[in-house]
Amino acid sequence: MSVIAPRVPRAALALALAGLASGCSGASVLDPAGPVAEGNRANLLSALAIMLAIVVPTLIAIIAFAWWFRAGNPRAKHRPEFVFSGRIELVVWSIPLLVILFLSGVIWIGSHRLAPEAPLGPAGRALEVQVVSLDWKWLFIYPDEGIATVDRLVVPAGRPIRFRLTSASVMNAFFVPRLGSMIYAMNGMETHLHLQADRPGRYYGQSAQFSGDGFADMHFTLQAVPPPEFARWTAEIRGTGRTLDRTSYRALAQQGHAARGLAFGRVDPGLFGAIVTQAIPPAAGPKPAPGGQQVSG
Amino acid sequence: MSAAEAQEDPYVLGRGRGGADAAGEGRGGDDARPSGRGEGGPAPKRTVVGYGFWIYLLSDIILFAGFFAAYAVLSGDLAGGPGPQELFEQRRLALETAALLISSFTCGLAGIAAGRGAMLRTQGWLLVTGLLGAVFLGLEVQEFATLVAEGAGPQRSAFLSAFFALVGLHGLHIAAGLLWAGTMMAQLAVKGFRPAIERRLMCFALFWHALDIVWVGIFTVVYLLGLAG
Amino acid sequence: MSVLGKLDWSAIPIDQPIPLAAGGGAIALMLAALGWVTVKGHWPYLWREWITSVDHKRIGVMYVVLALAMLVRGFIDAIMMRTHQALTVGGGSGYLPPEHFNQIFSAHGTIMIFFGAMPFMVGLMNFVVPLQLGVRDVAFPRLNSTAFWLTASGALLVNLSLVLGEFARTGWLPYAPLSERSYSPGVGVDYYLWAVQIGGVGTLMAGINIVTTIVKTRAPGMGYLRMPMFCWTALCASMLIVAAFPILTATLTMLTLDRYLGFHFFTNAAGGSPMMFVNLIWAWGHPEVYILILPAFGVFSEVIATFSGKPLFGYRSMVAATLFITVVSFMVWLHHFFTMGAGANVNAAFGIATSIIAVGTGVKIYNWLFTMYGGRLRFPTPMLWSLGFLFTFIIGGMTGVLLAVPAADFILHNSLFLVAHFHNVIVSGTVFGAIAGYTFWFPKAFGFTLDERWGKRAFWLSLAGFVIVFGALYIAGLEGMTRRLQHVAVAQWGPLLYVSVAGVAVMIAGVAAQITQLVVSIRRRDALRDDTGDPWEGRSLEWATPSPPPAFNFATLPEVGGEEPYWRIKERAIASQQERSASDYEPITMPRRSATGFVTAFFATVIGFAMVWQIWWLAALGLVCAYGAFVAFAWRDENEDTFSAEEVARIERARRGAAA
Repeated sequence: MSVIAPRVPRAALALALAGLASGCSGASVLDPAGPVAEGNRANLLSALAIMLAIVVPTLIAIIAFAWWFRAGNPRAKHRPEFVFSGRIELVVWSIPLLVILFLSGVIWIGSHRLAPEAPLGPAGRALEVQVVSLDWKWLFIYPDEGIATVDRLVVPAGRPIRFRLTSASVMNAFFVPRLGSMIYAMNGMETHLHLQADRPGRYYGQSAQFSGDGFADMHFTLQAVPPPEFARWTAEIRGTGRTLDRTSYRALAQQGHAARGLAFGRVDPGLFGAIVTQAIPPAAGPKPAPGGQQVSG
Repeated sequence: MSAAEAQEDPYVLGRGRGGADAAGEGRGGDDARPSGRGEGGPAPKRTVVGYGFWIYLLSDIILFAGFFAAYAVLSGDLAGGPGPQELFEQRRLALETAALLISSFTCGLAGIAAGRGAMLRTQGWLLVTGLLGAVFLGLEVQEFATLVAEGAGPQRSAFLSAFFALVGLHGLHIAAGLLWAGTMMAQLAVKGFRPAIERRLMCFALFWHALDIVWVGIFTVVYLLGLAG
Repeated sequence: MSVLGKLDWSAIPIDQPIPLAAGGGAIALMLAALGWVTVKGHWPYLWREWITSVDHKRIGVMYVVLALAMLVRGFIDAIMMRTHQALTVGGGSGYLPPEHFNQIFSAHGTIMIFFGAMPFMVGLMNFVVPLQLGVRDVAFPRLNSTAFWLTASGALLVNLSLVLGEFARTGWLPYAPLSERSYSPGVGVDYYLWAVQIGGVGTLMAGINIVTTIVKTRAPGMGYLRMPMFCWTALCASMLIVAAFPILTATLTMLTLDRYLGFHFFTNAAGGSPMMFVNLIWAWGHPEVYILILPAFGVFSEVIATFSGKPLFGYRSMVAATLFITVVSFMVWLHHFFTMGAGANVNAAFGIATSIIAVGTGVKIYNWLFTMYGGRLRFPTPMLWSLGFLFTFIIGGMTGVLLAVPAADFILHNSLFLVAHFHNVIVSGTVFGAIAGYTFWFPKAFGFTLDERWGKRAFWLSLAGFVIVFGALYIAGLEGMTRRLQHVAVAQWGPLLYVSVAGVAVMIAGVAAQITQLVVSIRRRDALRDDTGDPWEGRSLEWATPSPPPAFNFATLPEVGGEEPYWRIKERAIASQQERSASDYEPITMPRRSATGFVTAFFATVIGFAMVWQIWWLAALGLVCAYGAFVAFAWRDENEDTFSAEEVARIERARRGAAA
């Protein structure tokens, strides 16, 4: 979406990051693997370029003024009565104002083009995935395929994914850095997010909103695979015997990580809706312990 | 500050009038000097105290605004429980409102009496104010007790939580006001009219009237809109 | 339930060596200090001159002492977080289990904001504002004392959680529903609630006091547009306190009702709205940012003008920019949660509003720049901190505007980029401002300057450490690393975390140099003594008083003309104004010392502690005693002391005599 191509800062950033980040296998938001992340990065860099246009001269001016007007410099003209200038005031108000005006355009266009709820591409092409954040793992339900997985998200590369998110208990944020935008998952609420992985690969994902003792383990892998392989994978999962219904969901929603990597071949189709509408009550938290402490289950 | 003044700069540091005078220690409100706009120096104490208390009241109104906002957000969240129309009772509401509004009037009368230095009348009107406040508080406690007995306590739904908190916060302020009024009556009886006590009376009056205004807000937002459905 | 509520022996974390050692160490340190005071017989002096003092200068100093202690405590938390996280790279387990790590980052934020940065700013305002206004005290001296002791009470409660029970594990803003009883059944959040609530009431009192002081009690002739810039920023920050802190009080009260009485404001169940908590807390939280930064802007204005040898450039423009920031700061809170899914229009509107605030800040930066233009710059420590601020704050402001772009925030929200940003503005804004103010006004408070050599070492080390730590964290954020991770799963972040630990080491050296500076300066105080009362060629009225100023500040209230009264007077005749005949003096009435504040705060602590542990009878007893104390203090007949004219003349001559 960026109107101007900010080549200079990109080069500078790349330079700063070189040596620190080893290749593309990390989780860098500056190394996009999908259209949304590209849009995010373009927004970030164009805003940065606009800002740098005034920030860099200002930084230079600070050093220059401080150096030149040091008390020991006999060549600097001392002007103690230079305390107001209407012209300068006009300039110092209008420069930031103009920059912000320009930036406002970027903000407005970017917020609309990259609105998380806005679909990518024509309707019907997207794969729907229902995401439930549990204490402390992610449940991914594929309603059309009738399967579900925990902490493992496999999607077809090149196809948009429509995420519908909620939480079993406390707030979390669903975030795959290299695919772009994150969104909160909240109990009794449904949020939407559209992402797409352009190329096959494994992408690091995690919760970005602190959610309790097991929070640091709330990371998962998003694996983008070629579409035929995705079909093979779903068939394979469907073949596993486990069923995700209200009973097994209740066990799954207990605090802990034991369920990591679990897969379900059959899913109660009304489950996600029941969690959102709180027909299934919110999951329980830790237990109180003596001495005013608490233990996570 | 005019431009000429700034250029000439007629003030000389330390050329001031006497310290105690300029500080306006313990002055009554009759001080003729313009106060607080920078020309005359520090304002008289009564002005300062009154102003400070206004600022406090402002912050208190913002506190209430927080609870009003929460009520506005949550008033529809009945969670299957009873709503305003099933819970609010008009007769009690009318009585409560009348008691509080009249108490504001009698509080004003107490202020006038205090201004004239009429001890007995001041005490009398303060007593009436306190009694009316107690009547209000009693009615409110009765309302709360009835609601809780009907199973419509604050734990029932978010709406009821917000209702109990907002109305209860106002009730808590009234209770604090009663304690304040009682303490001040005792103080007045023992110490008589002193500048400090007069200032406290002034603050109490401001406090009490502010609670009246908040009640008008509660009356409208919670009860009238609630009953209108 | 037992007599002591939920409190029993198991509240002492015997099985957790780190908090126990830290808490034990702190207690030992306190006992040692108390023991030393007792042995040396300093209690009567401390009680008379400090604890019960209602002198705004003393209270200001106590605020700063509290703030410095808490900054060190918060800094220790920071060291633990950074080192622990670095140790977990590549599958290490570090030395902090999650339940402890989570307490540490929660305590770090709570302490730094509420009991470090805020008291520092309030302390500077307390000390400086009446002096700059040319008056003898704040509007409500006893309220002032109460405000301070309530803040101290809150700080005490937070630190008590080290050795009794636990602190919140929810982050410095306890987002619901995580902070609700169902997901945080321990006493941690309760400690947070009562400590912050009590401290917050103290802050509100301080705000009311400073607003009233500035609006209603200024020296004759001190019109609004003659006030020094610091007074303006103090006024705006205090107005923000008055307008914003009640929202915090309301929000925390609602959470308290949820936790204690089963209300449903923010619960998942029964129609409660966790999103309302997020909105309410940031409706306070964003103005809070400006409460922290505005007084620092005031400090920089004073320092840069003084050491440029010029009045502040574009004074009226600066006032306008300050007021602009004050107003707009209430309209931007949603930028803290663009990722909640409020929709494109709402996000864009708040993003634009947020970046508009940067206009006010930009104007300020340019005016500081032009203050230096044509000046004769000297570079003592306060000026170095100010230049360090100017340089780094611009970067922090820029990254802030980047985060205000919703589409960019979608990938940076809750990342270490965000963490680096707000440290970039709070550390290089508020903390640098606090230290600049501390070194600038220290000679005014104590009559001797701080050692320059150690001051400069402290500055360069802190600046270097700061740049290294947060430079690394900025990049880590761009590398996709999010905040509050007890252990890290991506090996690529390792090098950045190691770099930040190296930066922390440099910062430790900086803090050590800062402490050394104080010790060295106290030892060398005779050599560093400043008899003029004006060591910096100051530009406002506080420099017209002797150092330290007498209890009544000004023997005769100054009459003021011009924006920089003291400077203009100095330009005419420096010495003449000090010579005055005895007949010029008149008696001065000052408020008498009072234990009101201390006693009130004592009972507040008791009530807070009792509520945390649900010892209902103790809470009720505390409340009754507080009321009793309140009445007893209100019953006092004599609240003022009078200095006779001779006494005033004698004190003034003695102080001025030292100057001659």
